[in-house]
Amino acid sequence: MEGNFWSLAPWGRGLGEGYFQYSDMNLHIAAQINSFLAALVLLTAFGMLVQKRVYGLIHLFAWQGVFLSLNTAIVGFVAGKHHLYISSVLTLSLKVVLLPYILHVLINRLRIRKEVETIVNIPMTMMIGIALVIFSYHLTAPVRELSNLVTRSTLAVALAVVMIGLLMMITRKHAVTQIIGFLALENGLFFAATSATYGMPLVVELGVALDVLIAAFIFGIFFFHIHTTFDTLDVDQMARLKEGD
Amino acid sequence: MTASLLTVASWAVLLLLFTGFVSLLLHRRQGLMITVCFSIACVASALAIFAGFYSVSSGSTSQVIIAVGLPDLPFHLRLDPLAGFFMTVVGLLSLIVSVYSFGYVRHISAKRPVTRLVIFYALFLAGMLMVVLADDALFFLISWEVMAAASYFLVMFEDERVENRRAALLYMVVAHVGAIAILLSFGIMSGLATGFEGFHGYTFDAMRQAQFPPQWATAAFLLAFFGFGAKAGIIPLHVWLPEAHPVAPSNISALMSGVMLKTAIYGMVRVAFDLIRTFPWWWGALVLIVGLLSAVMGVLFALMQNDLKRLLAYSSVENIGIILIGIGLAMIFTSFQMPLLAGLALIAGLYHVLNHAMFKGLLFMGAGAVIHATHERNMERMGGLIHVLPWTSALFLVGCVSISGLPPFNGFASEWLTFQAFLLSPSLPSPLMKLLIPMGAALLALTAALSAACFVKAFGITFLGHWRGPHNPHIHEVNLPMRLGMIMAAILCLVLGILPTIMIDWMDKVPEQLVGTSIGQTAGAFGWMWLTPVAREHASYSGPIVFLVILSVIVVAWLLLHVRKGSIRRVPLWDCGFEKVTVRMQYTSTSFAMPIRRIFGFMFTIREQVRLDPRAAHRLFPGTIHYYLRVRDRFQVWLYRPLITASFRISRLVGRLQQGRIQAYLIYSFVTIIILLMFMR
Repeated sequence: MEGNFWSLAPWGRGLGEGYFQYSDMNLHIAAQINSFLAALVLLTAFGMLVQKRVYGLIHLFAWQGVFLSLNTAIVGFVAGKHHLYISSVLTLSLKVVLLPYILHVLINRLRIRKEVETIVNIPMTMMIGIALVIFSYHLTAPVRELSNLVTRSTLAVALAVVMIGLLMMITRKHAVTQIIGFLALENGLFFAATSATYGMPLVVELGVALDVLIAAFIFGIFFFHIHTTFDTLDVDQMARLKEGD
Repeated sequence: MTASLLTVASWAVLLLLFTGFVSLLLHRRQGLMITVCFSIACVASALAIFAGFYSVSSGSTSQVIIAVGLPDLPFHLRLDPLAGFFMTVVGLLSLIVSVYSFGYVRHISAKRPVTRLVIFYALFLAGMLMVVLADDALFFLISWEVMAAASYFLVMFEDERVENRRAALLYMVVAHVGAIAILLSFGIMSGLATGFEGFHGYTFDAMRQAQFPPQWATAAFLLAFFGFGAKAGIIPLHVWLPEAHPVAPSNISALMSGVMLKTAIYGMVRVAFDLIRTFPWWWGALVLIVGLLSAVMGVLFALMQNDLKRLLAYSSVENIGIILIGIGLAMIFTSFQMPLLAGLALIAGLYHVLNHAMFKGLLFMGAGAVIHATHERNMERMGGLIHVLPWTSALFLVGCVSISGLPPFNGFASEWLTFQAFLLSPSLPSPLMKLLIPMGAALLALTAALSAACFVKAFGITFLGHWRGPHNPHIHEVNLPMRLGMIMAAILCLVLGILPTIMIDWMDKVPEQLVGTSIGQTAGAFGWMWLTPVAREHASYSGPIVFLVILSVIVVAWLLLHVRKGSIRRVPLWDCGFEKVTVRMQYTSTSFAMPIRRIFGFMFTIREQVRLDPRAAHRLFPGTIHYYLRVRDRFQVWLYRPLITASFRISRLVGRLQQGRIQAYLIYSFVTIIILLMFMR
């Protein structure tokens, strides 16, 4: 049961060697910065969970991207993985600039002024979110013991961000917020990749980045269609599509 | 020589596949397309007959691996006596039906384009030949599906009617349930042959060389029996037959009933005798019991039908039953190490395969001719057609006599052989079998008698008496190619009945291959005139002598009636003292079957209502009487309806998961992830 998934993954072995060339002092500081950024990412995730305004959500999402990109760059520096700089730049340009911009344009086009509606009330969502964070720490405990990476303690945070993204998609009614939830979930995955294994191979990351971009475009097209069909972006309306018997 | 036979057979398949393309090219010229395509089909069928016939008579086996198929899994072809025998059967009937189709399809093409019919006709024939040629599970299943899909589109040909679409769907469902069972069966066998890691056990050769543990062999056999049984239409999997056969074009029904059902028999024989080889006696007993049930119930259901083609479809269930009786007996005898009797029973079953292909093909072609001439499928509205369709009625009569098992036609020969196999069963070592098998013989006798009654009804109601239809339509005899096809089938029915010895001598290589014995030595010991299955003092039958006696009786009777003038007088019908006899007072199809419906009523779900006209002055003097009768298959009511209801209920329960809300779907995945993370940590 203690199967260490990360060590079985093809990139898991050998990548940890990079940081031995740095002194312990450096490593210590790097781990501190890493943890700090992880905390900020988690904080923005919670922020998104409680944020009611769409603009606010987008800003929070952009901030999360900033922290993510910073974290990637630092991990890249510490581990001596220079391709991580490229993913860091990619993250910055895509998730901090491009995607928020697209979402902004969308919101302006569709004139979404309304505040975000939630299904479960906000304190309740917060409670569930906290439970998920605890659950994530519980889950990743065996991995933390086995790993010797400097970033190992942030794996739990990454998992929590993924789950909070999913939770956000569940609790919100609005299509735009669901997309932001999805993108936040993707952020969590990316964070998990960098913190658990010092990043995926560059090819994979490029692919993922492209995927996210294309997904954003497709969502944008869908928004227009949903909007024109139902005259709203409230996904509850789509329940009408259910096949009756 | 042997390799070239396989080449000839492959050419037949390629020609048929080629026909599909030709028909597409000639779509604009329907008349030319019919001529060209069915000519090619005739040539291909002749090639198949040639290859099949010689591979049986030479008893040779040839194999070839062709570099087509999935990577690393090439197709294997093989032509051995068993395959050759079925290839001959398929080829013979496809030749006859292709000749018939020249005329029949031309009639259809007057109303609608027939490109689709021609393409799938060619594919269907190619699929059947490929099934017989296949020597690995992969190619077999592909061919099997080609055959099933092609026949599905043929059943669907007149797809503007709801009943056709429903019938085709039902056929497709049953065919696929069967195909899944066959797939699983081959999966078990190939896995046990070379282990479940690789795929190299998929050839039949690997399965032949393997020794299967008994429980797995049983599972493989039962699955195969179920799967092939669904295609063959054994009871209770016969439901698609009476739906699909009536709605398909008649040349297609002839092929489906005549030879497609036989490919399923081929599959059963191939799996049991060739791939598994050693089996306990109860497998044979199971096949025998299912065969007996199908035979008796099939003919009883057939008797109750008013639709001519539906009647023929149920009669196919009966004949498949008779074939399975032969196969089942052969399996029992094989498991008790009695090869001579096993050979006899196998020959009986296979001979019936050939005979049924001929006479059922003939009957379906005849039914097609009748339906084409009258635009009517319901026998209750036919009658007196012997005056307007003399050729068709004479040929249909030949089919009826053959299927009723009357000498000198072929039905008698094979049913008589089956009886011989039954009557020799007391030599079995198991006392239980000794007791049970004679009861089977009694049931077979009952079947033969009932099927005679059934075809007296089919012929009598359709062709004799007076026209019952509402109007007096313009009916004329069908065109030459249709008659020619039927004549060929009728002649074969007669020849196969008169010369069983020669045919058995030819077929003898099949039991030699499968059970390691030949009965040709004893069966033809007294020359080609006498068929003596085991020994002369036991039983013997001479087709030619019986034929000559019957012929001379007919000639003498005809002469006695016609030499003297005035011995035939035509006078008005004696009306038993009634004032006026109308055509509505004739025997109808329903009234003819009434006694049997009363006796065997417990087998059917019958709803019978008599309603008097409520406006009548007195109950005893009703103005009009409405009689309502509905006879249904018990299996439909008992077995299939609960199944359908249950599947609907389950689907509705599952359908509740579909909320139509994205959040609900997300929650499903979220909860699943959480649970998996919790337990798989």
